[in-house]
Amino acid sequence: MEKFVELQGVGKSFDSRKGRFVALRDVNLTIRQGEFVSLIGHSGCGKSTVLNIVAGLYDPSAGIALCGGREIDGPGPERAVVFQNHSLLPWLTCYGNIYLAVEKVFGQRESKAQLKARTEAALALVNLSPARDKYPHEVSGGMKQRVGIARALAMEPKVLLMDEPFGALDALTRANLQDELVKIVEATQATVVMVTHDVDEAVLLSDRIVMMTNGPAATVGEILEVKLPRPRERLALANDSAYHGYRSAVLEFLYQKHLRPAA
Amino acid sequence: MQAIKHEASVVSGTEGKTVEQKLPARAAFKRRFPSLESADTSPVVRLLVQAIKAVVPPLLGLALLAMVWAVVAKSSGGSLPGPMSTWESAKLLFADPFYQNGPNDQGVGWNILNSLGRVGVGFGLAALVGIPAGFILGRFAFVSAMFAPVISLLRPVSPLAWLPIGLLVFKAASPASIWVIFISSVWPMILNTAAGVRAVPQDYLNVARVLRLSEFKVFTTILFPSVLPHVLTGVRLSIGVAWLVIVAAEMLTGGVGIGFWVWDEWNNLNVEHIIIAIFIVGLVGLLLEQALILLARRFSFGQGV
Repeated sequence: MEKFVELQGVGKSFDSRKGRFVALRDVNLTIRQGEFVSLIGHSGCGKSTVLNIVAGLYDPSAGIALCGGREIDGPGPERAVVFQNHSLLPWLTCYGNIYLAVEKVFGQRESKAQLKARTEAALALVNLSPARDKYPHEVSGGMKQRVGIARALAMEPKVLLMDEPFGALDALTRANLQDELVKIVEATQATVVMVTHDVDEAVLLSDRIVMMTNGPAATVGEILEVKLPRPRERLALANDSAYHGYRSAVLEFLYQKHLRPAA
Repeated sequence: MQAIKHEASVVSGTEGKTVEQKLPARAAFKRRFPSLESADTSPVVRLLVQAIKAVVPPLLGLALLAMVWAVVAKSSGGSLPGPMSTWESAKLLFADPFYQNGPNDQGVGWNILNSLGRVGVGFGLAALVGIPAGFILGRFAFVSAMFAPVISLLRPVSPLAWLPIGLLVFKAASPASIWVIFISSVWPMILNTAAGVRAVPQDYLNVARVLRLSEFKVFTTILFPSVLPHVLTGVRLSIGVAWLVIVAAEMLTGGVGIGFWVWDEWNNLNVEHIIIAIFIVGLVGLLLEQALILLARRFSFGQGV
């Protein structure tokens, strides 16, 4: 498998009133096509910053970020982002939010009917066809997040970037959406980078888990390869010793090697 | 109905001894009118109760106002007309609101329409200038910093202080009062629009960046709908100010208008008409405000107004 996203010696610092704040230093990471990679770490460790650099929303202060062999220059629809707080436009319906993205990405090449079909397909993919004409404030938090995922997937991105996509949801809804995401990713063979602070989520979904040290000046601590066979079943894995092995490896990293002093 | 009442009273009698002890008045009320409080009454009755609860307090307030007014009128020894004589006068006045006996004697309807027309023009011009200006001030920090001292200096000026300038420049009464309306209602629109533009959530702009939307598309799909509730707040404040100011401006400039009419009736010593004018001004202001609140609710998209 070819290298797809590549970060070489990436650092990021912010200039604030109190002076220079170094958020990231010397991050080296390679992501292959079709791979599902999770970034995990304590809050404030800069995992979202890494994601935003890949998205192009931030420019790296040092090093280079490549996607598909080219330097990342600003955000673009080939690197679709699922934002933590869904970021749906409240004045557009669920359909309208997805259509906005579809129209932008495919509008020049395809007919209105094709764009409509793409939007409907994206809604169906996340089981939201019945809510197509509802406004975001009329649907639940889980549904909003599913629309956000559908919007990102409908762009047919080369990489799907997810910033704590399920962080704001209750445990049951989160589990449901994780299962749906597993199916969607298996069906679409998407390359995914996901930021999370949920150990189970990381082990269940990822091919590799990138564990980050604490900030400031955070960097990649360890990378754990998750070799659980796919398709993965939540219930079957509950009693799987390999699963628990991976889980405790991540926990050990987070709570023994890099325990954050109580913030 | 009788059976329901009986059942309800039994229920309210057996439950909640402690509640009755804590709230004796409420409990007594419940015992006397059990059907008003129990949950299993018919929907018609419940609707009726809700309607009564919504209507009775405002009516009581208005009745109190009328009572105080009547008492004050009585003790003034006839110089201030009471509610009844004002009502009689209003009936005569509204029997023919659109008569025309020369330029200085026209029906009250014409006066209201003329005032509304002036407010409409002055306010419309203010919106035409104020809303785009607000967008520019909100978008560009430099322009905002440039105009901040100018706006802070001019905004607290009483609208009527602008009237002589208007008379000087336009050499006519009507454009001068439109000018006063314009200058007093332009500030809330500029400031609210600018605040709205600054408050556009970064998340929405990030969506636009990821999608690489064009500047035009960003404006139509993100900036404009996001700022619209703020703009409407500005419009609502402005129209309130404009309607406040028009009465005073017309008193000074004359012509046909509700403000001039008040002054004219004062010269005629027709105090009933002045009181009627106060009610008209209040009512029209209320209607304008409510119309804009409805409009704002339509465009709030569940974000609250």
